[in-house]
Amino acid sequence: MYTSKALSIILIAAGSQVALAEGPDLGQPLTSDEIPFYATYVMPDGRGLPEGSGTPAEGAEIFAAQCTECHGITGTEGPVMPPVGPNEIWAKPAGSYWPYATTLFDYIRRAMPLDHPKSLSNDQAYALAAFILERNGVIDADTAMTAETLPMVEMPNRDNFVDVWATQGAKPW
Amino acid sequence: MTNDINEPTALDYAAGGGLLSRRMLLGTIAASGGAMAAGLAVPHRAGAQGVVPEWVTVAGHRARGYGMPAEAEAPVQRAIIEPWQDVAPEFSLSGTPLQRLRGTITPSGLHFEVHHGGRPDVDPDQHRLMIHGLVDRPLQFDLNSLERYPMVTATHFLECAGNSLVNAVMPEPLQAGCDVIHGLLSNSEWSGVPMSVLMDEAGVQPEGKWVVAVGSDGPSLARSIPIEKIMEDGILALYQNGERIRPEQGYPMRLLLPGFEGNMNVKWLTSLWVTDAPAHTKHESGEYTEILADGSSVKFTFAIGVKSLITHPSATMTMSGPGFYEISGLAWSGVGKVARVEVSADGGASWADAELVEPVLPRALTRFRMPWQWDGSPTILMSRAHDDTGALQPARPDWKARYHPSNFLHYNAIQPWNVTAEGEVQNVYL
Ligand code: HEC
Repeated sequence: MYTSKALSIILIAAGSQVALAEGPDLGQPLTSDEIPFYATYVMPDGRGLPEGSGTPAEGAEIFAAQCTECHGITGTEGPVMPPVGPNEIWAKPAGSYWPYATTLFDYIRRAMPLDHPKSLSNDQAYALAAFILERNGVIDADTAMTAETLPMVEMPNRDNFVDVWATQGAKPW
Repeated sequence: MTNDINEPTALDYAAGGGLLSRRMLLGTIAASGGAMAAGLAVPHRAGAQGVVPEWVTVAGHRARGYGMPAEAEAPVQRAIIEPWQDVAPEFSLSGTPLQRLRGTITPSGLHFEVHHGGRPDVDPDQHRLMIHGLVDRPLQFDLNSLERYPMVTATHFLECAGNSLVNAVMPEPLQAGCDVIHGLLSNSEWSGVPMSVLMDEAGVQPEGKWVVAVGSDGPSLARSIPIEKIMEDGILALYQNGERIRPEQGYPMRLLLPGFEGNMNVKWLTSLWVTDAPAHTKHESGEYTEILADGSSVKFTFAIGVKSLITHPSATMTMSGPGFYEISGLAWSGVGKVARVEVSADGGASWADAELVEPVLPRALTRFRMPWQWDGSPTILMSRAHDDTGALQPARPDWKARYHPSNFLHYNAIQPWNVTAEGEVQNVYL
C-alpha cells in the first residue's frame, strides 16, 4: 500500500520524536553513580569485574563459616543445590556445569549467603568462586581469582550447550 | 467396553469410554427436553421443605472495604512446598489449587509463587525502575510517573518452567492433587505500560540486543531477555486482575513476557540493563537449562510448549457414582492460541474433540469441556492439546526420551488420570 509505506517513511524520518510522543516522557535522568552494582551483571568476557582477589584457601575458610549449613561441608553434600560436583543431589553443579566462571562471582556477590545477600566483599566473592572452581577441579589450588584470571577460566561444559534462541527463536525446544 | 445396561437411549456418543457428543453439553440438553429426558443423573433435593435458615431471620453484616472469600472456602489455599524446609525457607513453591477453580482467571491470592529468596517488602515510594546500558538516555521512573503512561491490558498465563516436575522425574506417579503436581500455572489479566514505550523513551542503541532484567528481592534475581521480545509484547505490569499487583507477584511492578517461562517475568522489577550479549546469569547458566538424553544441554529455552490438563475430575477427587459428568480442563501454549483439545476416556484408544470455551486467547489459559457418561467401570481419562503453530502435546515416554533422566523442566506431557471402579481418581503414567 503506497500510503502506509509513505507514512512509515515519515515515521522513520521523524525518528525519536515519534517514539517520545508514545508516552508522557517522564523518565528522569539516571547517572552512573545512582546505579547499584546488582543492576548490572558481570559479563562472560569479564566486563564489570571489580578490583580484588581471592584464593581457594581463603575461600575454604569463608565457605566453612558461611555456606556449609546449606551446601554441605565439602560443597557436595547439600542439602541445597551443591555447587561442587559430581554429587548425588544436583545434576548441574555450578562449579562444573555453568558455562562461564564469571557467573559464580556475580551470583555469590549478589545473592549468597541466602540469608545475608550482599554481605560479602569483592575479595570474599573472588575467594569463594576460586574455592568452588578448585573443588570442581577446574583451577588449581594456587590460582587466585581476579578480574584478569576469572574470565580466562575455561569451564569444562561450555561447548556442550545448544543456544535455542539463536537456533530457533521462541519455538519451544 | 460395553455399557448397554446403563445406556439411556437418548445419549449420543463421540468416542469410547462414554465420551458424549458435544451436542450433549448442558444448554443443548436443556433445550431438547432436559436432563431427565436424556436419562442423566439429577441431584437429590436437599433438606426438608419449609425450613427457614437462620440467616434470613437476622440483619446482614455491615459493608467492608475489601471482600474476602466465604469462610467455608478457607481450605482453598495454595499448596506450599519448601524443598529444604527450615534450612532455606526463603526458597519455596506455592501451587495454585487448579482442581478447586473454574473458568480461566486465577484469583490473585491464589496465583502460584516460586520464590528464590523470599517475598521482599518493597516500599513503593522508594522503588524505581532504571533503564540503562546501551541506551541514549539512561532513565529512572517512579511509580507515580509510570501511572501516567498509556496502559495495555492483556490476559496471559504464567507457568514455571519446573511445573509438573514430579511427573517429569518421579519413577512412580505421586498421588497428589493438581495444586501439587501442576499448580505452578496461573492466568491473570495484566495491565501496565508497554515495554516498547519505555525502551523507546530511553532510546535503545543499535548494538543493544539483550536486556538484563533485575528484581528488587534479596538475591536480585536476574535474567537476560532478547530485545526483540521486550519490544514485541513485553509489558511493565502494574496491575493484576484490576488491582495493584500482589506482593507475591512483584509489587509494585513486574516484567511480563507473554508465553515465556515464569522465571523470566522478573518480579519487583528495578533494572533493565541493555547489553550486546546475554550475561549468562545464574538462572540461565544452570537452573533453567535442560540436559538432553545425550548429555548435552539446551540454554535460552524461553517459550512454554503446548500443554493441557483435565482438572475435573483429577487426582485426589472421588467420583460420586456412575452417570453424567462434565470433564473440564485447561489448555495453553506459550507461542500462540490453543487450536484444539482432544479428550480420551478409554486410555487413548479413541479421542473426541472437546469444546473450547470462548474467548480463546493467545498465550492465555483456555478452558475446555466435554460431556461424559461414566458407566462406573475403571477407565483412564486424558487430554491432549494442539496449538495454532501445529504443535501437539507429547506423551510422557516421548518427552522422557528427549531428556536426561534428571531433567524436570519444560515438562508438557499428557496427563492420564486413572478412574477406579470405586470412583477414585489417581495419577498414572502412560
Ligand atoms: C541459608 C541457606 C544458604 C546459605 C547459607 C548459602 N546458600 Fe547458596 N544457595 C542457597 C539456595 C536456596 C540456592 C538456590 C537458589 C536458587 O536456585 O535461586 C543456592 C545456590 C547457590 C549456588 C548455585 C548452586 C548451583 O549449583 O546452581 C552457589 C554457587 C551458592 N549458592 C554459593 C553459596 C556460597 C558461596 C555461600 C556462602 C557464602 C552460600 N551459597 C550460602 C542457599 C544457601
